[in-house]
Amino acid sequence: MARVTELNVNGTLHAFDVDADATLLSVLRDQLDLTGTKYGCGEGQCAACTVLIDGNPRHSCQIRVGAVGKHRITTIEGLEKNGELHPVQQAFIDVDAMQCAYCTSGMILGAVAMLKIQPNPTEAQIADYMNGHICRCGVYQRIKEAVHLAATRMNGNA
Amino acid sequence: MMAADQKTALAIEPERYELRGLPMHFFAMDRRSFMKAMGGGIAILAVAKDALALQESGRRIGMEEKMPREINAWLHIAPDGGVTVYTGKVEIGQNIRTSLAQTVADELHVSLASIQMVMGDTQLTPFDMGTFGSRTTPQMGTQLRSVAWAARSVLVDLAARKWSVDAGQLVAENGTVSDRSGSRSITYGELAQGQALAQMMPAEDPVTPAPEWKIAGQPVHKIGARDFVTGRHKYTPDLKLPGMLCGKILRPSAFGATLASVDLSAAKAMPGVIAVRDGDFVGVAAPDELTAERALAAIKAQWNTTPQSSSKELFDFLKKNAEEDPAEENRYRQTKGSMSDGLAAASHRLEATYTVAYIAHCPLEPRAALADWKDGKMMVWTGTQRPFAVRDEVAQALHLSNDNTRVIVPDTGSAYGGKHTGECAVEAARLAQAAGKPVHLLWTREEEFTWAYFRPAGVIEIKSGVDANGKLTAWEFHNYNSGAAAIATMYEAPNQLIEFHPVNAPLRQGSYRSLAACANHFARESHMDELAHAAGVDPLEFRMNNLQDERLRAVYQAAAEKFGWQERKKAPGHGFGIAGGIDKGGHVAAFAEVAIDGATREVRIERVVEAWDCGAIVNPDGLKNTISGAITMGIGGALYEAIEFDNGRILNPHFAQYRVARFKDEPKIEVVLIDRKDQPSFGAGETPIVGLAPAVANAIFDATGLRIRSMPMLQDGKLPKQA
Repeated sequence: MARVTELNVNGTLHAFDVDADATLLSVLRDQLDLTGTKYGCGEGQCAACTVLIDGNPRHSCQIRVGAVGKHRITTIEGLEKNGELHPVQQAFIDVDAMQCAYCTSGMILGAVAMLKIQPNPTEAQIADYMNGHICRCGVYQRIKEAVHLAATRMNGNA
Repeated sequence: MMAADQKTALAIEPERYELRGLPMHFFAMDRRSFMKAMGGGIAILAVAKDALALQESGRRIGMEEKMPREINAWLHIAPDGGVTVYTGKVEIGQNIRTSLAQTVADELHVSLASIQMVMGDTQLTPFDMGTFGSRTTPQMGTQLRSVAWAARSVLVDLAARKWSVDAGQLVAENGTVSDRSGSRSITYGELAQGQALAQMMPAEDPVTPAPEWKIAGQPVHKIGARDFVTGRHKYTPDLKLPGMLCGKILRPSAFGATLASVDLSAAKAMPGVIAVRDGDFVGVAAPDELTAERALAAIKAQWNTTPQSSSKELFDFLKKNAEEDPAEENRYRQTKGSMSDGLAAASHRLEATYTVAYIAHCPLEPRAALADWKDGKMMVWTGTQRPFAVRDEVAQALHLSNDNTRVIVPDTGSAYGGKHTGECAVEAARLAQAAGKPVHLLWTREEEFTWAYFRPAGVIEIKSGVDANGKLTAWEFHNYNSGAAAIATMYEAPNQLIEFHPVNAPLRQGSYRSLAACANHFARESHMDELAHAAGVDPLEFRMNNLQDERLRAVYQAAAEKFGWQERKKAPGHGFGIAGGIDKGGHVAAFAEVAIDGATREVRIERVVEAWDCGAIVNPDGLKNTISGAITMGIGGALYEAIEFDNGRILNPHFAQYRVARFKDEPKIEVVLIDRKDQPSFGAGETPIVGLAPAVANAIFDATGLRIRSMPMLQDGKLPKQA
């Protein structure tokens, strides 16, 4: 059986030895102890498992680790730089855009990816882009506010 | 006065799965080991008043005596000034870790940052029935305030004794006791140094009234938010122990199936795999998830099944299978006046039937458990609303004593009434016992959809009459299966018959956010709308004409003003609807605007205004978050969600087949809070959900003339052409 022995995660090359059929989600969580990436459905329907692959949001539960190759993976643990939160993380705190917060990692990574391609999203654009993310607690309105706040700050307007 | 039927009076619906025996003792430590575990300092314990009378009338008791089992909560002040609060409640996203800490900080007169909450650990925290019924704020909040008040009194007394002054000359502020003259002061931590004091206090001491609150009543964000936005917080699925195995359970082919035969040999032959059969239970544990999945797939099993009913005939089934002689605690029947007199006096009479489908909780964190079996003791981390009940479940299933079983609940990825039971904990524990190693088990989404339990489906029949003045004359209400929560009408009707009919239900059902209050409000408030139209009266005016409850009137008024009810303008494809209700100490009025696409028959909820009163508000920021969240969650049950089943199988156990509310479904939500500082604080985790569905149904009627009497209202996401 094919094996995978390394992954580039959060700017670091990690070494291990797993079956290439394992999901990227399980490797991140079980091999690398990056448990900020969550299992929500295992079916690519809730986006709790979102990670960035070369900056693009992907459902890590749907990706076999053997398919990742040398692509760069960013997880929620990789957003904070030198003790400073990413503006999206900070905005989630400032707006209190969470309840149980199980969806929060995926939401934040989804928002980070969106702001790269759309730095000034309208409310409708946020809803459209983020519609794949489920927050069962129903915090969508605040999440949209947090994304707006982060966008404003990232554009240097606050 | 409503006369209770002889045989059948029940104040509230019993929470299903909560009808268990009396609380077991929680705490076998004697006072010396308790203080040792605390590391000295000062501990203040709240004891139910009756229990305290049986103990020692509140005076300090000897160091060797056993702690009483009736303690509800305690807090500890360490020599470094840190305050630790112990409660059996659990954090599941309702943010009581924050609101309870606010309450304690407020009454103890310390900063919020100095409070640590230890929650939901059967070894460390006092016994608690569970986190449900919106009881945390009115009960635990009140008890903790008493404990904090008592602690502050003890600290002032200690300082008074130290300085040989009258306690009345001293004041406690900001974690410090000072002489009013300002001549000297001492911190709580300094007072706790060298102490090993455990004092019990009755749970009903005087407390600071809401208008004088300083930290409670303020908007406070979720405590520990940084751990959540960085992914550092460890939910149960994220926990690890050395040597831990990954568990998987073989599920029966249908509900109620029994195992005819099973062959575990192929699974057992895999390296590192253990496979267990115990009765109808079959599970595996393996060093990693992929191996566990492969081991599970290698098991060959035959099941004996029995034919079962289908969701297609659900509502007929519920009507036909009402229990002939339900258990006393499941009955509810109240009568007042005479229905025949009431109907005779009516100028408009209506009869209608409403239905509510089975729905699933869908907590984003599925059930999970980590079990560690060591030296005859079982320790289980799991996300549950009832740690002590789950501890009992695990102990009973494995024939252990409660003393040798411990359950710890990490802050959990939501529950909504869906995590009252301990199946996953029991399964992980059984595998851990067999493996002799820690076993981690995380239910798949399909398992969560199938093997948890559901919000009960229901059929509700209403018969009513209203006179020429728009006053209710008769109100008859029968709920089959969904439950008795908030079944009584809050409107004035001189003649009533209200009854709950328990059913031998086709699916495993249990608690859900607001229990049956959602279904009962949907039916009642839809019907009130129908009556208003029959009588030719504005829906708000009609309700006000039949309503005396001042607090419900006030939330209707507040919502109407914010919404602009009087100024609303009809537009093609747009409709406006209202609904209100009372339950669990909360008063709610929801006003909704919907837009319907005539071509696609899609329904969009454009705007919701909800006014809310649950007494004195502890955390207005958290409260607003909870209310708008409940409205959003309610959209799913109102429009889309329905569990489909046939012959003992769930047919749509995936998010791709079961539509919950998403970003694009969310309307503009405006929450109006009425802060009644003259009223006791009640919880808000549930009741804010009850108004949305009927308000939307009434708005759909306003827009289309189509009266939808079923939840969910849409079929395949579209408004049906006829009801």
